[in-house]
Amino acid sequence: MNDEFALSALEQYLVNDFQRDLPLVPRPFKHIADTLGIGEDEVLDMLRRLKAGGVVSRVGPVFTPNHLGVSTLAAIAVPPKDLTRVAALVGRYPEVNHNYERDHRYNLWFVIAARDHEHLGKVIDDIASRTALPVLELPMLEAYFIDLGFRIDFGSDHG
Amino acid sequence: MVEPVRIRGDFERAVIGAIEAGLPLVARPYADIAERLGVDEERVIETLAVLQREGAIRRMGVIVRHHELGYRANGMVVWDVPDDEVGRIGRLFGDAPFVTLSYRRPRRPPQWRYNLFTMIHGRTRAHVVEMVERLAGMVPDRSFPHEILFSGRRFKQRGARYAGGAVVSPPQRTGDRALTRRETK
Repeated sequence: MNDEFALSALEQYLVNDFQRDLPLVPRPFKHIADTLGIGEDEVLDMLRRLKAGGVVSRVGPVFTPNHLGVSTLAAIAVPPKDLTRVAALVGRYPEVNHNYERDHRYNLWFVIAARDHEHLGKVIDDIASRTALPVLELPMLEAYFIDLGFRIDFGSDHG
Repeated sequence: MVEPVRIRGDFERAVIGAIEAGLPLVARPYADIAERLGVDEERVIETLAVLQREGAIRRMGVIVRHHELGYRANGMVVWDVPDDEVGRIGRLFGDAPFVTLSYRRPRRPPQWRYNLFTMIHGRTRAHVVEMVERLAGMVPDRSFPHEILFSGRRFKQRGARYAGGAVVSPPQRTGDRALTRRETK
């Protein structure tokens, strides 16, 4: 695969070693810079480049699901010819974050986050009524393992 | 269902709203946010520290897009596991180093039979299939019905936003950068 975004060795460290535990201090990027032994400006430049290249979506918090608000995974079985249109409609809700196609009869999967169950229910009802399709609601009941960052294997054969 | 903790007041909501799309990439990001909110830097940091202590912030750091780094195959593996075993098996699968999420979710018969969801990111579909076989093999002499749902197009990908308000009907167009919520005022 040649269309991958190429990362320098320093950028690989930046991507792998700072996915969590960024300290809440006035100059967090200086903390990263000091750890990597480079300048704060260099860290900021690298992050801007990685963000522009789409490798880094942001630097910031991941909120715990169902803590500050409520969220649910949802799916719709969309007739394939309508998928682009329905996906665009669903994606326009500010409450919807991830919105993916998956290769299944249930081919549109998305996560809805809202401040409370009432609001969440309204969004789901609204989506169901605007798309005229039933929405499968699959809230998390129990987390056995949650993502605390994910180590990118830069060294292996990409096969 | 667990009732969520309410966001405490307009200021906390404004801080969450200001940080949801990520820190500004400047030397003093919290001072930048503070200036926008008309408070001092220390108050922004303290507000976030409280949210972190209480567990509302799960992690704080660089959020990576796996797809752009060559992890092109994202498989959501759904399993139909007996309800009295789902905890044990969910933890077992979650311990595998290549599993990034392992969640129990409700069955919705007759449309949806699966109650355990595990997420696997791999460089190729064949690699993901191989990892799923390894998971299935972790419980000897048993087999659980499962399917792999590979992701296709990503229509939208960003973090959850909680600071937003009461809008139910979708606006004409939302950019991910359209961040400032009217109701935080």
